[in-house]
Amino acid sequence: MSQKNRVIALYKNLQYLLKEYPADAKKMQIGCKKAFLRNKDETDPKKIEEMIEKGEYVKKEIETLYALKKYRAMKKRYYD
Amino acid sequence: MSRVLVGVKRVIDYAVKIRVKPDKTGVVTEGVKHSMNPFDEIAVEEAVKMKEKKLATEVIALSVGPAQSQETLRTALAMGVDRGIHIEISGKDYEMLQPLHISKMFAKIAQDEKCDLIILGKQAIDDDSNQTAQMTAACLDWPQAVFASAIEKADNGLKVVREIDGGLETITTKLPAVISADLRLNIPRYATLPNIMKAKKKPIKKLTVADVGVDIKPRYEVVSVEDPPVRQAGSIIPDVDTLVSKLKELGHV
Repeated sequence: MSQKNRVIALYKNLQYLLKEYPADAKKMQIGCKKAFLRNKDETDPKKIEEMIEKGEYVKKEIETLYALKKYRAMKKRYYD
Repeated sequence: MSRVLVGVKRVIDYAVKIRVKPDKTGVVTEGVKHSMNPFDEIAVEEAVKMKEKKLATEVIALSVGPAQSQETLRTALAMGVDRGIHIEISGKDYEMLQPLHISKMFAKIAQDEKCDLIILGKQAIDDDSNQTAQMTAACLDWPQAVFASAIEKADNGLKVVREIDGGLETITTKLPAVISADLRLNIPRYATLPNIMKAKKKPIKKLTVADVGVDIKPRYEVVSVEDPPVRQAGSIIPDVDTLVSKLKELGHV
């Protein structure tokens, strides 16, 4: 995948993930879009690479957050 | 070991506030977000992990429910399950469906597909029955290891750590067997967007209740479904003396 396609894929994945954000999903999605737009003129491949890495990290964080939220809800309901 | 069968149930999403129908026959399901039962997610994750560790060759997911259950099956396929089986049943029949019927269906499918292991969630978060795994084991006359919090391969079978009151119990079981997943077995992976797209290519076999030949006559009747009692409001007491007298009045001292 070219770098451009990777950025697009990352954006789509993040938007999809944020649809289920527990607090204000819309706000998060707009925030994510703004963050991408802010850096749209970046041309240095090395810097873009760093940003993709950061994006992937954020994606992992969100997934973990969802997993933890579900785990805690289940624990509270059935084990406490 | 070759094949693993996992059960997935479509339930109301865990984060949704449940509302009881005014006529007390059940809960409101129309227009409410549904997703896979969290304990079934854990079961799916465990089966997929087994496949990744080469302990299993194929993972099959089975869901019994209305047409929308296919979406739940897709999620399972996106998590790494190889193929799905959907037994379609809808409307009144589905509302009256009970764990015994489900377990008979699981038993039938497990035999038809020659499965060596069934992994189910320990209970669904909508009816909280906690019966399907146990009944399936009984229907097949297979050993059961319920409330599993760790599964390992042992010589000619599995070593399963079970969650019991106040501790853990380690048992070994031969295969074929039925396992039910407890909360701490693993952390289920997230069904990502690319994987969901890929899962659309995976096959889902559609069956009807008549195909599996299970009698779905209800064995019990739901009399009424009601909200839990509302917590009563507290009151603020001005000083210690009133507190003591109040406690005495209520018989706590």
